Amino acid sequence: MIPELGHFAVILALTVALAQGILPLIGAQRGIASLTAIARPAAVMQFLLIALAFIALTAAFVSSDFSVLNVWQNSHTDKPLLYKVSGVWGNHEGSLLLWVFILALFGAAVATLGNNLPTVLRTRVIAIQGLIGVGFLLLLVFLSNPFERVFPVPAQGNGLNPLLQDPGLAFHPPFLYIGYVGFSIAFSFAVAALIEGKVDAAWARWVRPWTLASWTALTIGIAMGSWWAYYELGWGGWWFWDPVENASFMPWLLGTALLHSAIVVEKRDSLKAWTVLLAILTFSFSLLGTFIVRSGVLTSVHAFATDPERGVFILAFLVVAIGGSLALYAWRAPALKGGGIFAPVSREGALVLNNLLLVAATSTVFIGTMYPLFLDAISGEKVTVGPPFFTATFVPLMVPLLAVMAIGPMMPWKRADLAGTLSRLKIAAALTVSVALVTLYLSGVDQILAVLGMALGAWLIFGAATDIAERTKLFRISIGESFRRAQNLPRSAWGGAIAHAGLGVAILGMTGTLSWETEQLQIMRPGDRVEIAGYELEFDGVEPVTGPNYDAVRGTFRIYRNGRLVDVMRPETRRFSDPPMVTTEAAIRPRNFGDLYAVVGESNGDGGYAARIYHKPMINWLWIGALLMAAGGLVSLTDRRLRVGAPARRAATASPDLRAQQRAT
Amino acid sequence: MRPKRRRLYFVLAGMAALGIAVALVLAAFEDNLVFFSSPTDVYARDLPSDRKFRLGGLVEEQSVKKSNDGLTTTFRITDLTSAVPVAYTGILPDLFREGQGVVTEGHLGPDGVFIAESVLAKHDENYMPPEVAEALKKSGQWKGAAQ
Repeated sequence: MIPELGHFAVILALTVALAQGILPLIGAQRGIASLTAIARPAAVMQFLLIALAFIALTAAFVSSDFSVLNVWQNSHTDKPLLYKVSGVWGNHEGSLLLWVFILALFGAAVATLGNNLPTVLRTRVIAIQGLIGVGFLLLLVFLSNPFERVFPVPAQGNGLNPLLQDPGLAFHPPFLYIGYVGFSIAFSFAVAALIEGKVDAAWARWVRPWTLASWTALTIGIAMGSWWAYYELGWGGWWFWDPVENASFMPWLLGTALLHSAIVVEKRDSLKAWTVLLAILTFSFSLLGTFIVRSGVLTSVHAFATDPERGVFILAFLVVAIGGSLALYAWRAPALKGGGIFAPVSREGALVLNNLLLVAATSTVFIGTMYPLFLDAISGEKVTVGPPFFTATFVPLMVPLLAVMAIGPMMPWKRADLAGTLSRLKIAAALTVSVALVTLYLSGVDQILAVLGMALGAWLIFGAATDIAERTKLFRISIGESFRRAQNLPRSAWGGAIAHAGLGVAILGMTGTLSWETEQLQIMRPGDRVEIAGYELEFDGVEPVTGPNYDAVRGTFRIYRNGRLVDVMRPETRRFSDPPMVTTEAAIRPRNFGDLYAVVGESNGDGGYAARIYHKPMINWLWIGALLMAAGGLVSLTDRRLRVGAPARRAATASPDLRAQQRAT
Repeated sequence: MRPKRRRLYFVLAGMAALGIAVALVLAAFEDNLVFFSSPTDVYARDLPSDRKFRLGGLVEEQSVKKSNDGLTTTFRITDLTSAVPVAYTGILPDLFREGQGVVTEGHLGPDGVFIAESVLAKHDENYMPPEVAEALKKSGQWKGAAQ
């Protein structure tokens, strides 16, 4: 009964979304108030209906209702409650429902919070959100019904892939989706602006917070996925340039570019057409990311052939959404007249460079990710594009980006004096050079990439610190006065500095762990000792353990430092029966500026076990850096100018003198 | 600067950035595309010994042998038409076993032994890597049991 209710709610939501997507657009175009008035209640209605469907599916998972095909395929009565819930979005159909749920939530948010938006703009934005919803709901109703029944009712479910039964991964998809779907708002605003033929500062002040919030969520989501891969896959890798990872990384890169170009639209009334294009592309990559991960096309391009209807629908949806918005762009973008002019050497110029490099980097990732699919589809030849390709293409584009990243925020708008800006960074430059020299001294000339990485990371951190010090006139006026200035600094300035420093910290972490990782791989018998990174690890044998839905072999390592016992590590190998799989649970301890990472493998049949011990220096900096970046996004979101409601008040009073004042700041 | 002039600079800078990206991609493709080969392909193609590629097929029955240190494993990968000897040093995936579909990445040594740097066997007993399934189909030995 409850699943039917959910199914019915999805069908109703589709009809509501159709009304929401079509009628208000006509109303806005022809000036028919009764049609534009549909937008807001329809958005709220659509949200309520999809929320109902989502609750229904969650209820089916929690109560282990195996008469629902989706629950039977992906759940099991023995599974802990958390993973029953996360099982809802751990599959194709459920994840689509989560996607459309967040989409409807955001649409309803614009409808209820958007009092201060011009009515026509708001109506169009809501309508376009509705149209995106139509695409997904069609898929849910006709081709990927999460509420499909199965008869006869099986007694037990197949279970969720044990690798996914992990807190890090349980919340990874929701964060990614909040990020992906959040970009739909920027997309809808972009398309609405194209229809209207107008982009102004008020528009950018609406697009920026949504982009910022999405970017923050996506940053957290990607970091979670990377952290999960690190501790769950059992060999301590944290980024594989796997197509699934790239699918989320491309929208992140473009979203980062969008975040920065929206600043130029807001502050300088420039780069409008470009920003609109970026908003369209960012969301297009979010769509592409969702589908290439969820359609099975990555495991094999022939997944489309085994389920041709779904494949054709997804392709058609992508073509309509991406092709349609790009065609609209080609037609209408010339109408978006740019305002503020600027010299190449200026804050705007630096942001343009940032955008160009990010877009170029995205395209290299795109080619590396899609080329094997194209080649397989066209010639049947199987190739893999591995990490060396991405290192060779992506890293060279990042080096100039990072070098400019510390300088850009210090430049004034419109026209900058490069020598003057650089001279204000001379302390940061001196500190960076000393970090590079210390690295060079410690690791030698053959580790030249380590020197470069450490220098770039340090440059970003010192640059961000200099930026804040300059803005607060630190040491040039009294400390108390500087503190007062720091408190009055716009939150967006703080947010930017924190996020830039966060990236610096993350780069130090990446460099450290890539350059100075040590590894010990050997067969160990009880009593054997192995030395790594100044520690001695003694293997103490293994014991069997029983978990809630698995059996495990648990090894014990005693960690000694200078002959003293300091810690004990217990890695496991878990054997699940539903579905039959084996997972490796590494034991990880933060030690000596990094992690000790131990894995116990198979027995050699002779009392020995294969053991793998790593020391991963500075790996924690990677997560701390990612958290700092997300924190920077959050701090920036609290900026007074970005608060909901600020746009219209500001737009209403945006007299020329106020504009001029804004530009001066 | 006039807007038209600025647009020109913008377009030129964009072209330059994309040009650099394309050049990097082409240079990287030269060395970093890893092709998939079945054992039959290996003998048919006569690959250079320094070129990395992926070799996939079934682990031949009764071919898995451990070395004395317990860390190096030698086995043969077969598509049931021809078989290639493989050596791998490290911990094998938990479900690596004879008769199982497997994909390895590495290069062919001068003695004809494939030196694997990594062994990818999915953590699922019934899983058959799609490349392997296709290779078996090509060699006419596909029974359609797995997948």
